[in-house]
Amino acid sequence: MRFANYDSRFTRCLLLLAVILGAGTINVSAARIGDISETDIVGQAVRFFTFQDPAVRYALIGSMLLGISCGLLGSFIVVRKMALVGDALSHAVLPGVALGFLWNMTKDPVAILVGATLAGLIGAATVTLIKQTTRLKEDAALGLVLASFFAMGICLVTMIQRLPTGNKSGIDKFLFGQAAALGPDDVRLMAIVTAGAIAAITIFYKEFLVTSFDAAFARVAGFPAQVIHYALMLLLAFAVVIALQAVGVVLVSAMLITPAAAAYLLTDRMSRMLWLSAIFGMVAGATGAFFSFLGPKLPTGPFMVLGATSVFVLAFLFGPRHGVIVRWLRQRSRARRVQRENTLKSVYHVLEARDFKGEGVSLRELAERRRETIEDVKEQASNLRSNGLVSLHDEGDVIFLTPAGWQLACAIVRNHRLWELYLTNAAQIAADHVHEDAEKIEHVLGEETVRQLEKRLAGMTTDPHGKPIPTLADIRQGTGFSERPTEPTGYGKR
Amino acid sequence: MAEKIVSVQSSLSSAPPLEIHDLTVAYHKKPVLWGIDLAVPPGKLVGIVGPNGAGKSTLIKAAMGLLPFNSGWVKIFGQPVRQALNRVGYMPQRESVDWDFPVSVMDVVLMGRYGHIGLIKRPTKNDREIARECLDKVKLLPFANRQISNLSGGQQQRVFLARALAQQSDLYFMDEPFAGVDAATESAIVSLLQELKNKGKTLMVVHHDLPTAREYFDMLLLLNMRVVAFGPTEQVFTPDLLQKTYGGKLTILSEVAEQVRQKGTQ
Repeated sequence: MRFANYDSRFTRCLLLLAVILGAGTINVSAARIGDISETDIVGQAVRFFTFQDPAVRYALIGSMLLGISCGLLGSFIVVRKMALVGDALSHAVLPGVALGFLWNMTKDPVAILVGATLAGLIGAATVTLIKQTTRLKEDAALGLVLASFFAMGICLVTMIQRLPTGNKSGIDKFLFGQAAALGPDDVRLMAIVTAGAIAAITIFYKEFLVTSFDAAFARVAGFPAQVIHYALMLLLAFAVVIALQAVGVVLVSAMLITPAAAAYLLTDRMSRMLWLSAIFGMVAGATGAFFSFLGPKLPTGPFMVLGATSVFVLAFLFGPRHGVIVRWLRQRSRARRVQRENTLKSVYHVLEARDFKGEGVSLRELAERRRETIEDVKEQASNLRSNGLVSLHDEGDVIFLTPAGWQLACAIVRNHRLWELYLTNAAQIAADHVHEDAEKIEHVLGEETVRQLEKRLAGMTTDPHGKPIPTLADIRQGTGFSERPTEPTGYGKR
Repeated sequence: MAEKIVSVQSSLSSAPPLEIHDLTVAYHKKPVLWGIDLAVPPGKLVGIVGPNGAGKSTLIKAAMGLLPFNSGWVKIFGQPVRQALNRVGYMPQRESVDWDFPVSVMDVVLMGRYGHIGLIKRPTKNDREIARECLDKVKLLPFANRQISNLSGGQQQRVFLARALAQQSDLYFMDEPFAGVDAATESAIVSLLQELKNKGKTLMVVHHDLPTAREYFDMLLLLNMRVVAFGPTEQVFTPDLLQKTYGGKLTILSEVAEQVRQKGTQ
């Protein structure tokens, strides 16, 4: 149990380290493309934030638009477990981009949109074809199509760059992305596609939701699940294509997956996930546009993706419900509670061993009982005191249970012995097999379960080892405390 | 000629809730259902039983038009399935969805109303009220705002039942509604199914536990790739017929199915 926890924590640490390292290496290679130190960073930053430069405006608006559309559609991709499909689709569009460029030898956004969308759809159809006609499963088919289409695209792009004629500027930007290369026509197209995606998701939210969650049920309810699926794919292809120029083919799938994945960790509702994902995408887009603007020839895509990854890491660490840190804190507080309860139980055992004569338990007695050092026991005692379960006397050497401490000690011992009794009686487990189990169960038994156990075991007063089970009266009467609660607060109640 | 008969039948209000004729369904060319003929009378709680791989789930999926079939036809209240879907409710197997999906219990039950709401329109107050009532019927109202992964298996099964109830259909298909639920939940579900039946609804329930099948259902459909028997439980639940369903008597059929898969029919 403890090892398993340790193990998973270790894996998490490794994962985090890998993320940081990964971020580092990408940064290094990005720095090589254009050296930041040679340029006036402050001057560029001022230029960026004043928005005087139309190029800055186009880059920023375009990047934020693509963040929104990718974030929205990415959310559906993630909950439909189609992240790989997004990846394959984004690579498959490259040959279409090149052919769109070849159409009239300029970077005409519409021609490129048409070409890329067609290539994406052909890629998707190829995956389906491979799946249906061979024994290959979806992952292999996706990998195949992704790589082959991407290779084809690279060949075409290289060929275009070697052509003697025509305006070749910009085609190379489709690999790693350059937001600064966005023009007014590009941004207009991005705005149209993003508006279309927002409209489609708002209008057909119910349809997208039910087909994503339970396609068979949606079909019986009369919704054309297949049509909705293809509509989503088409929107996805559009989102990928408009993002290409700023993010680049290589990384565009990360803009689909990362903001949505971060949002998925933070909320349990689809509508909130869509909002969060769109906002994260927008923030990541703006971050990428800003950093790539700081130096000449800095690619935008990697910065955007790193921005999105930072959001994801924050969600991963600090998410209020599923976050690693919250889970760690929760686990630690549980471990501390168990520790407290075990110490109280030992105090009870010491008292029981001398027939509850005298209330005080010295640290030495407790240390012997727990087979621990005085220092350890002292620390536990002060922890108990700060929780109001014991009071310390004689310079902290003698422990007195408070009424609350006595109740909790009785409850834990009672839980332990009831459970042992239940296991030997009802589950026919040998008496020497039940202690270890009860050591764990005693801390988790809820009030209702204890009542059921009592009912089943009514009339039995000792555990399988012959020790008396503390009764309700014991809990009430204690060992002669002056102030006592009139009613038991219940067992296992926290 | 056949079309004429169809139109005559659909004009009759007494058309059976579910009528299947010569239905054959194959997965990857291997037939799993052969020549199914069935006419289910209204207001019956019908159990579909048979061994593993008998095609129980396939039958209800094909009946709802979720699977393509190789031959035969299905009619629901005398109409082709597509036109009658608004009268059909479906409770799939619990494992068929991802329970980590970011929706609340209420969201899922509301999906039961989607078919009535139709395209584009949003759920109304009335839809929410119905969904709440259905949640209350399965005793899950206090859980309405929980995310669905925070439920036990039995509770998840009840969420699906509540969604099916919210569909307010006349013909229900349920795929193992008792899978993975405790005894108390099972009897609660049974009484809900009885209640639906008493309102005149027809329920087709895939079930794999023979002893309880006898107790729960008015009629039984004994299935093993074909219909072994269909009729009132007391007539069908005989050692002879059960032996026919579960025993190894159908080996020839499955052998031929294997050959069809290997060689094809054309």
